[in-house]
Amino acid sequence: MRILLTGIASPVAQHVARKLLAEGHSIIGIDRRPWTDAPPEVEMHAVDIRKRAAEDVFRKSRPEAVVHMATVTHLRFRSEERYRINLGGTRAVFEYAHQYGAKHAVFVGRHTYYGAGSDHPLYHHEDDPPMAVTTFPELADLVAADLYACTSLWRVPTLTTAVLRICYVLGPTGVGTLAAFLRGRRVPVIWGYDPLYQFMHEEDIATAISLSIQHRLRGVYNVAGPSPLPLSVVVRESGRKIAPMPEVAFKALLGRFGLPNLPPGAVQHIKYPVVVDSAPFRKVTGFVHAHDEQSCIRDFSRAFPVPSKR
Amino acid sequence: MIPIDPGIKERVDHLALPFNRYGYDPYGISKRHVAEMFTGLSFFYRRYFRVKTHGIANVPRAGRVMLIGNHSGGYAIDGAMLITSMFLELDPPRLAQGMAEKFINRVPMASLWSSRTGQFTGLPETAERLLEDDRMLMVFPEGARGTAKLYWERHSLVEFGTGFLRLAMKTRTPIVPVGILGGGEAIPSVVNSKFLGRLVGAPYVPVTPYLVAVPLPVKMELRFGEPMFFEGTGTEEDEVVLEGVESVKSRVASLMADGLLEREGGRG
Repeated sequence: MRILLTGIASPVAQHVARKLLAEGHSIIGIDRRPWTDAPPEVEMHAVDIRKRAAEDVFRKSRPEAVVHMATVTHLRFRSEERYRINLGGTRAVFEYAHQYGAKHAVFVGRHTYYGAGSDHPLYHHEDDPPMAVTTFPELADLVAADLYACTSLWRVPTLTTAVLRICYVLGPTGVGTLAAFLRGRRVPVIWGYDPLYQFMHEEDIATAISLSIQHRLRGVYNVAGPSPLPLSVVVRESGRKIAPMPEVAFKALLGRFGLPNLPPGAVQHIKYPVVVDSAPFRKVTGFVHAHDEQSCIRDFSRAFPVPSKR
Repeated sequence: MIPIDPGIKERVDHLALPFNRYGYDPYGISKRHVAEMFTGLSFFYRRYFRVKTHGIANVPRAGRVMLIGNHSGGYAIDGAMLITSMFLELDPPRLAQGMAEKFINRVPMASLWSSRTGQFTGLPETAERLLEDDRMLMVFPEGARGTAKLYWERHSLVEFGTGFLRLAMKTRTPIVPVGILGGGEAIPSVVNSKFLGRLVGAPYVPVTPYLVAVPLPVKMELRFGEPMFFEGTGTEEDEVVLEGVESVKSRVASLMADGLLEREGGRG
């Protein structure tokens, strides 16, 4: 099958591309960033998804399936640019996919869609509302992109659409919100809170996306791996130490003394869990995670050992 | 950190919960936190309140079940002792999971301990999921109105919510009614201060004649009734559901009355 991947240069998308290649698909990649050691079989296009050149790639290559992974979550990257990528980009991808005859579109979204809060249930179902827009307004554009992708289910019924809400990634690439948070020697946490974190390995994400294509999945699905663990356990098992501080101090010190510069909404996500129920996805696709929690943490801490004292 | 009692640790190992290699179940319930909690609570259960149980054979040893009890004043000492009785008196032990007031998860440390010991915020979604997982759910349908009872109201029952019965019907869960005596004597609150409550983030803070609501070492008693089953889907009209709610409420009331009668008989 000819499969087009947007945002292919991201470390997680590279895993997806390699997996699909190994399964015998031909891969067309779009990304503004270079993928220097891309396998020669991958047809790379260094174009911006929102520009005319990207449409040309769809027109000429006529992919049967499109996997949209070109959304940005980087919180430092809060700008008009980010909105254009997440909203304008998503719209363009679905438009081109439909216009140039793709049969299947897979939107790769995030489980943080559901938001974190003191009175939120554990194990969200797909029909739970996107509370992130109130608990973490900085994620509003990602929620909107997710919902926009969902509208494709009724706007363009001929294009089979799957919206995946995938939990945090934790593994050898060290990318993603959770992994970035765990990089340092000491991980700042809020005193008196220890939320569950749900994460999965890059290879399992690649398997989940490949299964979605194989089954030509239609609808909205949560995707998760092993059982969640409290943040303190993830920190300890990756060889780091927790640095608990009262919420007031935490908020005042954000962005100073080596603490990450997080928006206020992120504090909710360090106090309360976002945990999803992925049973429907597992049932429909037969997905089973190959990496348990220990293996995810081990692969991450091998690739990113505890930084030594300066 | 409390040193864990070895006997308690052994009982925790016998809990029928799917703990992973780190000692956490899929909801984040932690073996270590549960053991520490029961090490502390067992002192209160055995020595301080010298809790007696009656009819504990009525509690199913496995499978989903809902314990429905009465609150009696102050704060939820009655709930804590009921949870402890399920852990200490049943073989194998069971972890009763309460449905906590929303403010608890907003308070530092209280949030952590309630999350690690399975005492989650009372949400219908959470309750339903726990029952579908064949857990033991503990519900006080009087809610915060129940703990807000003053000393002279301790043997009364205020209005029961209907959510628990709808849930029991929907998930086909047996209800075990529980009458709890002594909680009102333990914390003889004469007034509930909303002002102090606002300061600590709770709905109210109970005030006793000796001001601080430290519980008194009074005897407590838990009386368990036979399991009750309700047919239906949980989507019935209010009148139908209320009928079931009233029958549970009157069972709880009669269990409390039995206990009171026995106490008075004992004295006379």
